[in-house]
Amino acid sequence: MDTSPPDPQLSALYQELILDHYRRPRNKGTLEHATHTVSLNNPLCGDEIDLQLRVDGDVIKEARFIGRGCSISQAAASMMTQLLKDKSIPQALALADRMSAMMQGDDGAARDKTLGELRALAGVSKFPVRIKCALLPWNALTDAVKP
Amino acid sequence: MLDVARLRADFPLLAQRENGHPLVYLDNAATTQKPQAVLDAIAEYYRTTNANVHRGAYDLAIRATEAYEAARAKLAAFVNAWAPEGVVFTRGTTEAINLVAGSYGRANVKAGDSVVVTAMDHHSNLVPWQILCQEKGATLRMVEITEDGRIDLSDFSRALERRPKIVAFPYVSNALGTVNPAAQLTALAHAAGAVVVVDGAQSTPHLKVDVRGLDCDFYALSGHKMLGPMGSGALVAKPELLEAMPPYHGGGEMISRVWDDHSTYNKIPHKFEAGTPNVEGAVGLAAAIGYLERIGRERIAEHEQALAAAAIDKLTQIEGVTVYGPRGKSDRAGVVSFTYGDIHPHDIATILDQDGICIRAGHHCTQPLMRRLNVTATARASFYLYNGLNEVDALAGALVKAGALFGYVPA
Repeated sequence: MDTSPPDPQLSALYQELILDHYRRPRNKGTLEHATHTVSLNNPLCGDEIDLQLRVDGDVIKEARFIGRGCSISQAAASMMTQLLKDKSIPQALALADRMSAMMQGDDGAARDKTLGELRALAGVSKFPVRIKCALLPWNALTDAVKP
Repeated sequence: MLDVARLRADFPLLAQRENGHPLVYLDNAATTQKPQAVLDAIAEYYRTTNANVHRGAYDLAIRATEAYEAARAKLAAFVNAWAPEGVVFTRGTTEAINLVAGSYGRANVKAGDSVVVTAMDHHSNLVPWQILCQEKGATLRMVEITEDGRIDLSDFSRALERRPKIVAFPYVSNALGTVNPAAQLTALAHAAGAVVVVDGAQSTPHLKVDVRGLDCDFYALSGHKMLGPMGSGALVAKPELLEAMPPYHGGGEMISRVWDDHSTYNKIPHKFEAGTPNVEGAVGLAAAIGYLERIGRERIAEHEQALAAAAIDKLTQIEGVTVYGPRGKSDRAGVVSFTYGDIHPHDIATILDQDGICIRAGHHCTQPLMRRLNVTATARASFYLYNGLNEVDALAGALVKAGALFGYVPA
């Protein structure tokens, strides 16, 4: 049996912080008085997210989600909902762009402190088929707030 | 067991390494790798025989037509079809089932009729019937499965009480590996007056299939799941049914005489083969059949059953792993679907890929089945004649590593 240590790229992909968000998702559940809701799924793999936002003026006061899927999509959703609190919609969309850049392998984005804990997902860029998992909640966000 | 080392030498792709490891290809229910004999047959066809079929008056075109029709005869014999003209070449199982729904179904199913499918059907043997029933105002009745992943025979009988026009089911489940009692189901459906459509995508590559013995009416298969090229496949049907059916696609080849406002149609099977066919696919498929016949399907089925049994044994020893589908050896093909604690199947597949192990993760085009299993996805290992017990060991070993990486703690 192969007992070699796990591949370093894999260890980078499945950091403890990601597994922690996967197993103990923050802001998971239904948001009372949501002003924006959107459901997205990935028909190929079946990952699902229902994103709910409470927006006041152009500020996201609260974000919650209900979802089922892999560790990457669910951790990304959990981290995103934390980060969005009290961000303006333009700020949120700018973060979505930074997230997307990080997934394309942009090192600057991967060091950008404004992405907070989401930087733990930088390793996903080495796994092209999993990028859509990390971006699923962000695509839900852009769908939800687009004019 | 088959001599895997010797067989693998026939498959150039299997010699590749993936992510620095020997390739362990365990996604054969999705598609299979191709032996050199198939690659050679396709290249040889284009080097020496290529011309459009059923048209040319010259010798080259006649040889192309002969190669195409020889492939049809070979496939007919391989599944014990009623006649070569009862074999319609299609792009695969999906197109074959759509042909039946779009032609036989549209001509025979009316408002208030019912069509029966099962909860373990692949979307390709479900969605065409949904579309048909919606168009006709007919009822689609889905037969339930038992806890251990078999068709629920009492629910099947209840569904037949409405005397459905069509009953469709898979011979072998692509998600669970269940080998269904196809002859028994067919007899029951016939007794209720239904026409029977068998999805043979997962049975034809692995079992000795005898469509006349089953006595089904339509049987759909894919070439790429049985060592043949992608885009090859067939609908095998009782010729008298095909004769009575309206055409499916219109165009060249399927006509007899064409007037300004109407046409008469060609004989079967050509009536259902509009346009230039996939001759390369048919020739490659015939070579694949030759390869499978040299090994023998009984031996292939036995080999895969042994691999599945070993995999179930190894996997269920890992705490937290759940294997779905029947536990019996005789009614199970070489497909092993499983979950591992709270580690999502996509994460399992990514981790295994780093060890060069290719498995499928997802809903396997069986979303209604996944709902009944109360999962959104499973991981699936599916075996073929070139897989060995060492690959079962590699799978189990990589799963243990996945558990360690995820810090999986048994509940």
